[in-house]
Amino acid sequence: MASDETFEQFRGTDSYIVSDELRHAVNVAVALARPLLVRGEPGTGKTLLAENLARALNLSLVRWHVKSTTKAKDGLYVYDTVARLHDSRFGGDVKDIAKYIKLGPLGEALASPSRVVLLIDEVDKADLEFPNDLLHELDAMRFRIDETGQEYAARERPIVVITSNNEKELPDAFLRRCVFHYIQFPDRALMAEIVKVHHPDITDRVLDNALEVFFGLRQTPKLRKKPSTSELIDWICALKKAGVDLARVSGGIPFLGTLLKTEQDVELVGKRAKA
Amino acid sequence: MLIDFLFELRKRKLPVSTHEWMALMEAMALGLHESSLDGFYHLCRTLCVKDIALYDAYDEAFLAYFKDIHTDALQLTEQIRAWLADPRNLEGLTDEQRAALAELDIEKLREMFEQRLKEQKERHDGGNRWVGTGGTSPFGTNGNNPTGMRVGGGGGRSAMAVADERRFKEYRRDVVLDVRQIDVALRGLRRLGREGAQEELDLDETVDKTCKNAGDIDIVFRPPRRNRVKVILMMDVGGSMDPYAELVSRLFTAASRAGRFAKFRSFYFHNCVYNSVYEDAQFRKGVPVADILSHSDRDEKLVIVGDALMHPAELLDPGGSMYLSSQNRASGIEWLRRLNAHFRSATWLNPEPERFWAGTTIEVIASVFAMYPLTLDGLAHAVRYLVRGGQRPQIGDPAKWMKAVVG
Repeated sequence: MASDETFEQFRGTDSYIVSDELRHAVNVAVALARPLLVRGEPGTGKTLLAENLARALNLSLVRWHVKSTTKAKDGLYVYDTVARLHDSRFGGDVKDIAKYIKLGPLGEALASPSRVVLLIDEVDKADLEFPNDLLHELDAMRFRIDETGQEYAARERPIVVITSNNEKELPDAFLRRCVFHYIQFPDRALMAEIVKVHHPDITDRVLDNALEVFFGLRQTPKLRKKPSTSELIDWICALKKAGVDLARVSGGIPFLGTLLKTEQDVELVGKRAKA
Repeated sequence: MLIDFLFELRKRKLPVSTHEWMALMEAMALGLHESSLDGFYHLCRTLCVKDIALYDAYDEAFLAYFKDIHTDALQLTEQIRAWLADPRNLEGLTDEQRAALAELDIEKLREMFEQRLKEQKERHDGGNRWVGTGGTSPFGTNGNNPTGMRVGGGGGRSAMAVADERRFKEYRRDVVLDVRQIDVALRGLRRLGREGAQEELDLDETVDKTCKNAGDIDIVFRPPRRNRVKVILMMDVGGSMDPYAELVSRLFTAASRAGRFAKFRSFYFHNCVYNSVYEDAQFRKGVPVADILSHSDRDEKLVIVGDALMHPAELLDPGGSMYLSSQNRASGIEWLRRLNAHFRSATWLNPEPERFWAGTTIEVIASVFAMYPLTLDGLAHAVRYLVRGGQRPQIGDPAKWMKAVVG
């Protein structure tokens, strides 16, 4: 197919396994030069996707971790008025405003001379209107610094990966421009592959036992927070370090704290184990 | 032909815009659907459906629209060519068969295949003629005819199978609510304002003051932004509400979470609000509704949860309460009107499924309060109504109904 060069760029890396659907979504986003919006349960590797995408394509990664107080403009640039004020008091030269402009992550990605991967992490953490404020910049891939009149336009459109925890509804206008993918919780076979990537020396028997316990635990009804992939990997790490053989352990799951993070859940699982 | 699929999607309330549809066309022009139905299924979903709650509806639409199209039919010619080109596939054949095969025209083979597809009316596994799995026919997958052609597949599951499985059913928005979902829905219910202790640096004001101070720094603080929304929640308990007790308690848990609202009060009532509501679900500590009306800010947001189902007399007659102790002169509907008139924004959430609303007291109460079903969608709409106001839902024709009952 003629589109082979633009398509099929990303196939995961040696430490990151992607499902076919996700691989497809990533490649569509890259080919269409649209932001990729990734949602899914916590711990399914949304943030890691951007890191590994950058690694696989050999591009540098610019991260923007969104917090509840983040404003869209902060992502472009920050005008450090306090520093300028400070300099003016102590006789510095403050005529050059550009000296006090610091580019934010989005600004950096747009100003970069080469193509980069931009990660906008947990976009739903910020104010409800936050994604709307990004629309223009993500569409046009250019922005202007009002204070100096300087314009930046991306020479090569960055690959934008946006993650969201599904906490808030994102605005329609924003969604319309994105390529969307929901990372489903991996099934047993995919999970086995993922664990093997992180613990290459694990034996099949140990892996089987661990997955048995893990998926059993996820099926416990009324859990407040189900354990996720990253927790499984930590747990296996703990088991290995302590040299615990799961097949021989009776009564209770060792290191339960690495899998379950709330008191109620630990109690609940404890009760069910006894009964 | 695909434009019909767009309308099939829109018919199922998937908000697909022209913008997204154009993107899909662009992507298909680039060949991103890999010339297969599976590829198209994923491509279209990734571009047009932006919410896991809508995946199930998408699967339904996909099944309905593509039910007559066989997986990978488009890729067929390519596959046949590739299959014929691979000498391993010919190993099990005798020389005569090979010679016969060399003469077999690709178009002819394709015709045969399509012919059989047309004749075949159902899913087929095993056997020696039809296209399917595990058989000995030359067409199909996982079969053991040594000369068989593999149709579709390549390891992955086909889009039709995926759509047919409807794995996203549980994500549907209109089914149940857990505390977290309610939490998220209630987050929309906020108006930020600055009140309380001054603990945040006000940069603009600091710069301003400093300038006026001839450059000597004058630092100004201000209170941080907090949610100023105040909420009164009134819940119907007991009787016909028993099946919904768990649901209402989840709503209560989410709403009463510390720091969510500037002020949160909750009351209980039975059946309908009369002259008193209660602070506890056992109806021991009564609070006169008149007191609530006179002591509360009109900007507080009133949320009533109840099934709004009762005997018409309980709602419309003065002294309609079933309890003798609460003899009163105003009817239930009158108290509801007073509440709704006092608070600038008020809403009623009803756990009763919407299809049972028609022709009951629900319609009458819905003519007083903006009523929404207690589902995730309904809650989101109710929150939007509380914050922004706007059109309230039209439910039935209460005037007509009342005439019939009251005479």
